[in-house]
Amino acid sequence: MIKFRLERSPAPVWTKALIPVVAVLVTFAITSIFILLAGANPFAAYYNFIIVPLSTKFSALEVLVKATPLIFTGIAVTFAFAAGYYNIGAEGQLYAGAVAAAWVGATFTTLPSIVVIPMMLVLGFLSGMLWALIPALLKARLKVDEVVTTLLMNSIIMYFISALLNGPWRDPETGWPKSPEFFEAARFMQLIPKSRLHIGFIIALVVVVVVYIIIKRTPFGLQMRAVGASKAGAQFAGINVNRTMLIAALVSGGIAGLAGVSEIAGIHYHLISELSGGYGYTGIIVATLGGLNPIGATIAALFIGLINTGAQTVSRVLGVPIYLGNVVQSTLLLVTLGMLLLQNYRIKRI
Amino acid sequence: MGDFLVDLIAATLRIATPLIFATLGELFCERAGILNLGVEGTMFFGAFSGFTAASLTGSLWMGILCAFIGGMISGLIMSLFSVRLGVNQHVSGLGVTLLMTALSLFGFRVIFGENRILPSIQPFQQLSIFSGSRVLGPIFSQYTLTYIALALIPIVWWVVFRTNFGLNLRSVGDNPEATDAAGINVYRLRTIALVIGGALMSVGGAYLSVAQLGSFTFGIVAGRGWVCIALIIFANWHPVRVLWGALLFGGVQALQSRLQLTGLKLPYELFLALPYIVTIIALTIAGRNASYPAALLKPYKRE
Repeated sequence: MIKFRLERSPAPVWTKALIPVVAVLVTFAITSIFILLAGANPFAAYYNFIIVPLSTKFSALEVLVKATPLIFTGIAVTFAFAAGYYNIGAEGQLYAGAVAAAWVGATFTTLPSIVVIPMMLVLGFLSGMLWALIPALLKARLKVDEVVTTLLMNSIIMYFISALLNGPWRDPETGWPKSPEFFEAARFMQLIPKSRLHIGFIIALVVVVVVYIIIKRTPFGLQMRAVGASKAGAQFAGINVNRTMLIAALVSGGIAGLAGVSEIAGIHYHLISELSGGYGYTGIIVATLGGLNPIGATIAALFIGLINTGAQTVSRVLGVPIYLGNVVQSTLLLVTLGMLLLQNYRIKRI
Repeated sequence: MGDFLVDLIAATLRIATPLIFATLGELFCERAGILNLGVEGTMFFGAFSGFTAASLTGSLWMGILCAFIGGMISGLIMSLFSVRLGVNQHVSGLGVTLLMTALSLFGFRVIFGENRILPSIQPFQQLSIFSGSRVLGPIFSQYTLTYIALALIPIVWWVVFRTNFGLNLRSVGDNPEATDAAGINVYRLRTIALVIGGALMSVGGAYLSVAQLGSFTFGIVAGRGWVCIALIIFANWHPVRVLWGALLFGGVQALQSRLQLTGLKLPYELFLALPYIVTIIALTIAGRNASYPAALLKPYKRE
């Protein structure tokens, strides 16, 4: 009889690609229990989840629309996590970017698109950076735990936005808590007529490529990864750990800010407090599923976008609550976390 | 003025109750060396499971019991990832929060459907213990759960600082290797801490739905779990200081809602955001001297 045992050494490279696939299958197996509890057939549910959204042009484009903010936040989280900075504040930084975009989009009514849109992107990026600045400085200078501070900043900005929307930015005609409508030139152009897909998607892909080059091909990227792997080791190698984390945190905040710009200028055209459906937190799922790799994160964002689109189909066709999408996402995160550990083992014949 | 103060103190106690439960829960986890970011989702699940059980069985205490058990399960899930598998506690904790939140939303829709009218129950009555007194009467006219929360402070203090279990708990959070060498099962002890912690967090959430509101809304917890993460650092991992922190937070909240009623022209959002800002400042000042459990965030692997 052939005997096997687990040995602690890096698993073969091909398993890296296999892990996400197996994680998805395990997740589907687990979540089918909840589908059964909701009184539906799991096979029918997964058919509607995965296949149906990709079968028409409109819903396939809708997957890209839903993936766009997740690419931004997933890349933002990847950038910070790769440097060992646990930015949980992408949600708040997204709103900070949206506030800047909302201001530009309703103020400079006479400028053409070619000026207004770059201006929105730059100010949105800076605004997200600014919102990330306080926790980043506290971490780099005073060693205050960034997880707690970035989390609290998320709550603070929601009150700030509520104050804006109930105060100076309240709609003067209807009295609704939403900011003035964007004028035409400030709106992102549609990529394909009669779909909601906008240039935010292209901008997101550009960010992916830039971040990929920074992380994998520049000296700073190497420093970041060294700090992420071991702060003590990086310090010993002469890397300025605090400065590296600070920069990673700020860039991460800026990218998250772009998510806010993209959502408001591409979809909503005014600031509302429900702008993000937790995209900042989902970004953490995306970054983890993507193995802290920008390309991996993009694939993960597309997959979560598919799940979010599919959840609507499942809810419409089978009457299963739309929150099945959230159940699948969170289960997938935990299953992947568990399975990533398998990377450290290989099976040996004895 | 007197009435205003009495009313303010009574409201402070009501607001502080869920925070006391959940922060004491977090205290067990962190004293054992595990940062449990599952607190927000566990409270939400407690609010959901407590309300659902109370509504289906018609017994409010059955609701609290189910929330307690639900919280234990949440603690077990957290322990599977952070203790047994030893994965990153930030990400696994957030994963638990996302999962428990998703399960609550999903479960609520499956059980109650998509109602136009929010399902509701007759919540707990307040219990008066000094009904004759003009000052103490209104202050101590509270839900039974509030009295339980106040009683938990000395109990948790006693458990953590005066029992063998507490000694082991603290040592496992400071130096798991030495604790293991002393023949104590690190994995089991951390799991127990997470299970107790989860149960307390969940009851804190159930207080919101079963005692305060009598219904379950999707914004019911609204970041209170994150406040507890801050409170535990503010409290320096000490049960009595948890009480002061929770009362301070509750006091600010109670004050702002009363100032709003007086028609003062201040953006009330500033007051709502104030506790978070104060916490960041407190973290900055106190955080440097904070006596973090030494092994917090470090997964233990037995080689």
